[in-house]
Amino acid sequence: MSGYADPCFDTLCLHAGAAPDPATGARAVPIHLTTSFVFESSEHAQSLFNLERAGHVYSRISNPTNAVLEERMAALEGGIGALTVASGQAALHLSIATLMGAGSHIVASTALYGGSQNLLHYTLRRFGIETTFVKPGDIDGWRAAIRPNTRLLFGETIGNPGLDVLDIPTVADIAHRAGVPLLVDSTLTTPWLMKPFEHDADLVYHSATKFLSGHGTVIGGVVVDAGSFDWDASGIFPELTEPYDGFHSMVFSEESTVGAFLLRARREGLRDFGACLSPHSAWLILQGLETLPLRMAQHMRNTQKVVEFLASHPLVARVGHPMLPEHPSHALAQKLLPRGAGSVFSFDLKGNRAQGKTFVETLKLFSHLANVGDCRSLVIHPASTTHFRMDDAALAGAGISQGTIRLSIGLEDADDLVDDLKRALKAAEKAA
Amino acid sequence: MKLDVLGHDTYCYTGGKPFDAAKPTAVFIHGVLNDHSVWILQSRYLAHHSTNVLAVDLPGHGRSSGDAPESVEQAADFIAALLDAAGVARAALVGHSWGSLIALEAAARLQDRASHLVLIGTASPMRVSQVLLDASVNEPEQAIKLVNVFSRSTLAPPPSALGPGTWVYGAGMALGRRVLASNKQVNVFYRGFKACDSYNNADTAITRITCPVLFLLGALDQMTPPKAAEKLIACAQNSGKAVRVVTLPVGHHQMTEAPDATLFALRDFLNHQRSVTVL
Repeated sequence: MSGYADPCFDTLCLHAGAAPDPATGARAVPIHLTTSFVFESSEHAQSLFNLERAGHVYSRISNPTNAVLEERMAALEGGIGALTVASGQAALHLSIATLMGAGSHIVASTALYGGSQNLLHYTLRRFGIETTFVKPGDIDGWRAAIRPNTRLLFGETIGNPGLDVLDIPTVADIAHRAGVPLLVDSTLTTPWLMKPFEHDADLVYHSATKFLSGHGTVIGGVVVDAGSFDWDASGIFPELTEPYDGFHSMVFSEESTVGAFLLRARREGLRDFGACLSPHSAWLILQGLETLPLRMAQHMRNTQKVVEFLASHPLVARVGHPMLPEHPSHALAQKLLPRGAGSVFSFDLKGNRAQGKTFVETLKLFSHLANVGDCRSLVIHPASTTHFRMDDAALAGAGISQGTIRLSIGLEDADDLVDDLKRALKAAEKAA
Repeated sequence: MKLDVLGHDTYCYTGGKPFDAAKPTAVFIHGVLNDHSVWILQSRYLAHHSTNVLAVDLPGHGRSSGDAPESVEQAADFIAALLDAAGVARAALVGHSWGSLIALEAAARLQDRASHLVLIGTASPMRVSQVLLDASVNEPEQAIKLVNVFSRSTLAPPPSALGPGTWVYGAGMALGRRVLASNKQVNVFYRGFKACDSYNNADTAITRITCPVLFLLGALDQMTPPKAAEKLIACAQNSGKAVRVVTLPVGHHQMTEAPDATLFALRDFLNHQRSVTVL
């Protein structure tokens, strides 16, 4: 059935949500850099505010350029719609704040991006939302951690930086039996490698800063809703199933059988928290999305060559990539991520901290910085940077040691990357 | 709100306004594997512009209990009972796809109690291929996909229900799955399609209605192409009915692919015909 009327992934990357601009004929998506949109009449204004008609009012709530990105991401993930926000962290916060308030509880994977761990462990506690952390592969632990006030299960498709693959079908089943949704951070995999909704996740978010935009030029986030979770049947989400005084006493789940989450997230979350995405940033992310399939294929090819090189090098103690049979998530990755388990991974150098420093500082093509998913290859030392707030026990829980080095493999020629690593490893060896 | 219709809980979306039987009423009837939410924009607008709205979940669909209708005629009886339960003397009947056949048959039975008839994405006969009927039972996910692919005409619809950022195709898929899952006893997908396929009274029913009728068609509709409505339109015209035909450049999801145009056609038809009646 695929074809013009039922386009496949690569076509959706270019066309979903966008058509030539009817006003100007512009083929590329226009950047609508405007704060607000003129009403046709007072009656039109009233109808837009009351959700009787669909349209744009103010760019904090919605914008035509952002809407294209939202529709495109929903199309690529297999969802019903999406919201673009200022960053991946804003996407996580918006998801949580839409679903719960003080007194609620989250069960989350220990293998999280450091910023997410901070939000859950420190910041949200201050607002009365507690989190229990569970190792992603500890299935009994997920089940046991659920409390009567649990409102969300949350993990990353592949945990940063150990690359523990989340068993999404199993964790989703645990979540659904408890009447709560599963939220997945899909930043490191993108829908090209895996669509979490096909494995029964309910909500997905991305730091679009990474592979979606792909060029290290923009900060942004996006939340996508599968429209699959039945908030009414669950019965523990009054935010979505009971009249909301803050918006025309609307009952979001009556207003939309499948879109209650997105309705509230936009009408309350973007309105009140205000973490909106600039239309210019949305446009940059759209530019990246257009070549996502080409880039991801190259990321995967390069990663395979680099992992194979490192795995056979005598100065490398361990390479933590699920493509290797010894990785604990190897079998799960084969099942859930047949196209590859991402191009961000870590490895441990044999030797001391000084050798690690020499290694990082000798690299030329790999840039030493705090990001992943760039078209250029990147390197960082997690224990002293992204995860520096975590104590040794928390680090160990996330699969990080003091000697761990994280790489994000870019789009350069693989042979050049291997040469760069070879030189740096030699320098590290001499520094012993 | 919930009404007791023929002994069963029946859900009706009232557009965010309290039900008021004193106002002119419009009843919105959804199609196969849909529910009230496909009408959100149009029904919410009308509810806030002096019209009483009852966007119903048909029996056995979504939030309504009861046995899912096995035929268009059975569903039409339900609509009559719904008006009685709500205490509505007269109402405009607005139906989409399968719902258009139900609205038509109900209007024919209700006579003067039907003030207006709006048939969106309609056809006579509304045959369903055996392949799709079989798929609705054996491969419902694939059948939902087929229906939604055939229903859309664009990858870039204007802002629609749920607002900007909604992927209309995905929303249609999710709603189909949800409505199918809402009835554990009966496959409402197959039953609805079978009811469409078996209904043979449209051409007669249209000659029996006493109210004006609006045909709201999609020029790019592959589920119920405009050509499939021509005979029904001719029957209405030949029997002296007040007929209006509006064709929009969209597919079968008129309410979401062209939300404003659908609303305006509906609003203007209801308002114009009301003013004509008053004069």
